[in-house]
Amino acid sequence: MDVLTENFSLYAQGFLGTVELTVYSSILALLLGFVMASFRVAPVGSLRVLGTVWVTVLRNTPLTLLFFAVLLGLPRFGLVLPFKVFAVLALGCYTSAFICEVLRSGINTVPTGQGEAARSLGMTFGQTLNTVVLPQAFRSVIPPVGSTLIALAKNSAIAGAFSVTELLGTYKNLNELGYSIIWTFVWIAVGYLIITLSISALFNLMEKRWGVAR
Amino acid sequence: MTTRTAPSATALYDIPGPATRRRHLLYGVVSTALILALIGWVVYLLFDTEQFTSAKWTPFTYKGIQKLLLRGLGNTLKAFAYAAVLSLLLGAVLAVGRLSDHRPVRWIATVLVEFFRAMPVLVMIFFIFVALKVQPLPALVTGLTLYNGSVLAEVFRTGINSVERGQSEAAYALGLRKTQVTTFVLAPQAVRAMLPTIISQLVVALKDTSLGYLITYEEFLHAGKLIASNLDYDLPFIPVVMVISPIYIGMCMLLSWFATWVAKQERRNPKVKAVEIAPAEPGTLLPGVQ
Repeated sequence: MDVLTENFSLYAQGFLGTVELTVYSSILALLLGFVMASFRVAPVGSLRVLGTVWVTVLRNTPLTLLFFAVLLGLPRFGLVLPFKVFAVLALGCYTSAFICEVLRSGINTVPTGQGEAARSLGMTFGQTLNTVVLPQAFRSVIPPVGSTLIALAKNSAIAGAFSVTELLGTYKNLNELGYSIIWTFVWIAVGYLIITLSISALFNLMEKRWGVAR
Repeated sequence: MTTRTAPSATALYDIPGPATRRRHLLYGVVSTALILALIGWVVYLLFDTEQFTSAKWTPFTYKGIQKLLLRGLGNTLKAFAYAAVLSLLLGAVLAVGRLSDHRPVRWIATVLVEFFRAMPVLVMIFFIFVALKVQPLPALVTGLTLYNGSVLAEVFRTGINSVERGQSEAAYALGLRKTQVTTFVLAPQAVRAMLPTIISQLVVALKDTSLGYLITYEEFLHAGKLIASNLDYDLPFIPVVMVISPIYIGMCMLLSWFATWVAKQERRNPKVKAVEIAPAEPGTLLPGVQ
């Protein structure tokens, strides 16, 4: 218990670092995932290929390798940014591949008849998309997007090992200060549980509010 | 002809007519040009920052360097093999625990599974490595086993539960015991149906062996890092990434494709008729939602 109370600011810093990483990368992943999903269902061949390659490559890349390449490789191109931004880039791009697949399968769950009905009523492409297809797809992707974002929060621990301020990284400082290493890790674990369980609770709430049983 | 342009019937748009196809062709040409320009820019950057100088690439012709890389690859595969076998075993044990008739056993198994799934793997690996002072390889394997084992336990459990009820009812009616019903009737059908999901989870395990790099386990990425940080070779960082990532990604892709292939085979197999095949990519399930 002492470990937490005496080093509360250190823990809080790490906790906020993880939350920050998670939030920024989630936003990037959702945006990029949406763009890639729209590429993958586009009627234009080259965009479909781009989306497919993006998803296949990133889903099969170990995240550590991606971090390694982005954090230590991009500076060789003369691109020097804070490590945190690099970490957000790596995490966001990695997760965007999973988000893309979730969104694509969400769009595919909308029955073809829905779109055909909308078009036969004279709706334009934009109207079909915004008022018929996307609202239905949105309802069915809430739980899988939630679990993808939970995985993202857990993956953000890797950033800590690449010296970004983050919850897991706090163990190093505490270890040097000579605190009980077991209790240090117990509180780190509690921190992660708080984050993952709150994401889970948020998405359960959204599911209850908007989800539909198909 | 028309099916060539549309990926498959979606709710998004109709099968395009001639004018639309012309428009799509235009979009296609423009976007291809843009993508090629992007690739060209990256290649230009590579040349511009002198990543293709011979100083950076000759190390890969040295026997010692090749051996170092191969040893790293071997260590990666070794960690993967241990982790895969052990997590399959742990998954089976935990799944049996969760399906048990005894409430305390069920409780313990559920708590273990939920806890290990909610924890980042890296935290577990660091805990074992730093706090319990274990060697890198056992620490990595244990961490991977605990995480993937609990995910696999859930896969096995849902697999067994998704076998049609008539199967177990018929087996019980023949007078088989619960153990017999599970081992002879439910498990064989469930495992067939779940094979693609199990293999996809093993891809996750293979990818996560690279976490060993962070606890100084001498695996593939670690070997790459050793070469990349060598001043004698002019810090061949990008070349190392360009050599390592295709091998890593290729291995994972091969395993993923195997999973898809198995899934395709299973869909045609009459022996799995009684099981609803779950989608091959379970991801992380929401803790607390069943």
